[in-house]
Amino acid sequence: MENFYTDNKDLKFHLNHPLMEKIVALKENNYEESKEFDFAPIDFEDAIDSYDKILEIVGEISGEVIEPNAESVDKEGPQLINNEVKYAKGTQENHDVLTKAGLIGMSLPRKYGGLNFSIVPYVMAAEIVSRADAGFANIWGLQDCAETIHEFASEEIKQEFLPRFNNGATAAMVLTEPDAGSDLQAVQLKGQISANYDPEKDLYYLNGVKRFITNGDADISLVLARSEEGTSDGRGLSLFVYDRKDAAVKIRRIENKLGIKGSPTCEMVFTNAPAKLVGDRKLGLIKYVMALMNSARLGIGAQSVGLAEAAYREALKYANERQQFGKTIIRFPAVYEMLTSMKVRTQAIRTLLYETARYVDIYKNYQFTSETRQLEKEERQEMKRYQRLADMFTPLLKLVSSEYCNQIAYDSLQIHGGAGFMKDFPIERIYRDARITSIYEGTSQLQVVAAIRGVTAGGFLNRIREFEEVMVAPELEYLKKYLVNMTAEYEKVSKWVLEQDDTEFLDFHARRLVEMAGNIVMGYLLLHDSSKNDEFETSAEVFIKRGKSENAQKADYITSSETKDLGVFRYV
Amino acid sequence: MKSLKIIVLAKQVPDTRNVGKDAMKADGTVNRAALEAIFNPEDLNALEQALRIKDMVPGSEVHLLTMGPGRAAEVIREGLYRGADGGVLLTDRKFAGSDTLATSYAISTAIGKMKYDVVVAGRQAIDGDTAQVGPQVAEKLQIPQVTYVEEIEKIDAKSMVIRRRLDNGFEVVKAPFPVLLTVHSSAPDCRPRIAKNVMKYKHARTLTELQDATEDYTRLFQDRPYLKIREMGVHEIEANVEALGLSGSPTKVKKIENVVFKAKEAKVINSDEKEIEELIVELIENHTIG
Repeated sequence: MENFYTDNKDLKFHLNHPLMEKIVALKENNYEESKEFDFAPIDFEDAIDSYDKILEIVGEISGEVIEPNAESVDKEGPQLINNEVKYAKGTQENHDVLTKAGLIGMSLPRKYGGLNFSIVPYVMAAEIVSRADAGFANIWGLQDCAETIHEFASEEIKQEFLPRFNNGATAAMVLTEPDAGSDLQAVQLKGQISANYDPEKDLYYLNGVKRFITNGDADISLVLARSEEGTSDGRGLSLFVYDRKDAAVKIRRIENKLGIKGSPTCEMVFTNAPAKLVGDRKLGLIKYVMALMNSARLGIGAQSVGLAEAAYREALKYANERQQFGKTIIRFPAVYEMLTSMKVRTQAIRTLLYETARYVDIYKNYQFTSETRQLEKEERQEMKRYQRLADMFTPLLKLVSSEYCNQIAYDSLQIHGGAGFMKDFPIERIYRDARITSIYEGTSQLQVVAAIRGVTAGGFLNRIREFEEVMVAPELEYLKKYLVNMTAEYEKVSKWVLEQDDTEFLDFHARRLVEMAGNIVMGYLLLHDSSKNDEFETSAEVFIKRGKSENAQKADYITSSETKDLGVFRYV
Repeated sequence: MKSLKIIVLAKQVPDTRNVGKDAMKADGTVNRAALEAIFNPEDLNALEQALRIKDMVPGSEVHLLTMGPGRAAEVIREGLYRGADGGVLLTDRKFAGSDTLATSYAISTAIGKMKYDVVVAGRQAIDGDTAQVGPQVAEKLQIPQVTYVEEIEKIDAKSMVIRRRLDNGFEVVKAPFPVLLTVHSSAPDCRPRIAKNVMKYKHARTLTELQDATEDYTRLFQDRPYLKIREMGVHEIEANVEALGLSGSPTKVKKIENVVFKAKEAKVINSDEKEIEELIVELIENHTIG
């Protein structure tokens, strides 16, 4: 029996992080619900044990059903029949078995049919499903929309839509338009109250076209539309929820993509589609979509780590089997160096993923707590602190995890040699699936735009200083020294760039600066992991040594440049 | 339509599907310590059929019955996780050493103490591979039996229509209640564990397990009676002790041999049309190609 949770002990390590006690305590609010729900935990150990047991189900379904289906799903893909989407056979089977197991709506409160899971185990489930089939993980992961409804919609809408998730309702996040991709302020789809507005029903009518919509024909859609006539920017946009039962949307086409082929990417035509307003008007983009986007980016982080894990395992297996020159190829330095580097980078983005997930977990739990009682002053401060950390780490995570997963898939295919270029091994699919991660939910370039604030406002440096305070085992002190020196270098270089007082110059070096900070952050996280479990020691050593020379190279490049050099690059 | 009482016979077995070198002890018996204890695979197919009957006839109840040592209670929990309503662990030192005859005697006696319309069992267990216990239980209960079941097509108040696997196809039969079915591995796989059920029933324990438990969840049992897994012993089923265990088991193992598969000698063929064609025909016939 394949089990993608139990065969990877790193997951359990992260599930047992010391901060989990705080997270679960906030989430479970003194374990009050155990009186009302027979499946609610009665204490911390019980809750962690439940997470563990449920992840075991996710791992088993991923290993026994989803991964074996991945090849046929990739080949068959979804079909467009009479303007409706029909999933590939394997996709439907995956969705049905996860529904039967009750694994949709995992993070929703129990009163809405959910499991009330914290973000950390939910993200872990996303990583596991992504390892099995990253394309399918999109369909499963869109249960994130439930979280947005839960966070912002009225009680009435929550009652109407949320319980459907646990019964297998699918969802879509409908934002992009032909002329509004990265720049969502340009959204044109009209969401207007009809002339014969019925206050009883409180319905809006949506008209227009949406494009590149993942899972576009879902049961429940969250749609960004322009509710304020005459506006042209983000402040005229609101978020709506549309129910597929109303049959007012036609799917015009399904895109033919390079990867994640099992996940339908649709063009949707809205014709007087009735929809309900989520939250308040005009906050659609500036508040709700921003929140939705952050959780989607965390999801891409999980997807990237899952893909990286899959790619690494395929390469390891192949390198142990393939014989050339009388020995298995894993025994050649050129190959084993690649493999080790893949493993190390996978562990680095995984530790960053769960660190970020914990930040999100803490601040969101405080947010929900604040709806039922007034937070204490320290609690409010802590909420703000973790929200800032989450906002800073999420784009960093999305950037490095998606870029690493592409590099790892590339290296894995390389280890397969010519065989990897054929359709005979899973790596060619993984390689294609990985490619989108650095594009959607904001390209890497846009993640840099979000993350650079952590460099310019000093957020990364502050967090790194806190990491520095943590004691490490004496035998690891030498690695910490490297990190301390890297920090000094990073501080000096970023200060120097800011001193040039030229925004274009800053933009030009932004990615390098963010990546320097990222190397130090992941270095510390791996170092701390090694202090708790010596299994991570090699990874910390390899990662930090590599990061040290990478950063030195970037620092050299940055400080040898001048603002006038930009002219060389401009308008090629 | 009246709801049905369904009993699933399930067995905890050593996982013999991926055996290593230490799978057998020197004396030729199975080294249970080296092999993971699992829910017998075809019993999971049986559980699925039982749950489907429950889906088809609302209000029906599925209870597992397993015979084994204390740790076999895990089989009951696994059933509860997947949608069963309860289970009974048949456990007693006096059952030790039972062959299929003594086992079917114990199980049929226990079933006699329970209410039932349908008994569903896997075709066979992967440790003994006898496929005898199900049919023997039916004989002892004097009820009809349908073996090699793949699907239940229809259920009415008095009977069910069942599709059963044959060597070269299938046949459809009708059987009156009460009936015993043995389910073949070609029947659908069992549904997954249900997340909420796992969290609800993970603390389910037999009384014996509770006494040995180190974790302190005992207080749960006062509020949540469904967490108690019922145990039955020789006394509860009022069995004749002579017919149980070694004394009730006429099967005697004479000799156990380790069979090691060796590669056969290579077959050399000439590269002419005729021999190549013969080889192709042979490979198609034994399904190597085609």
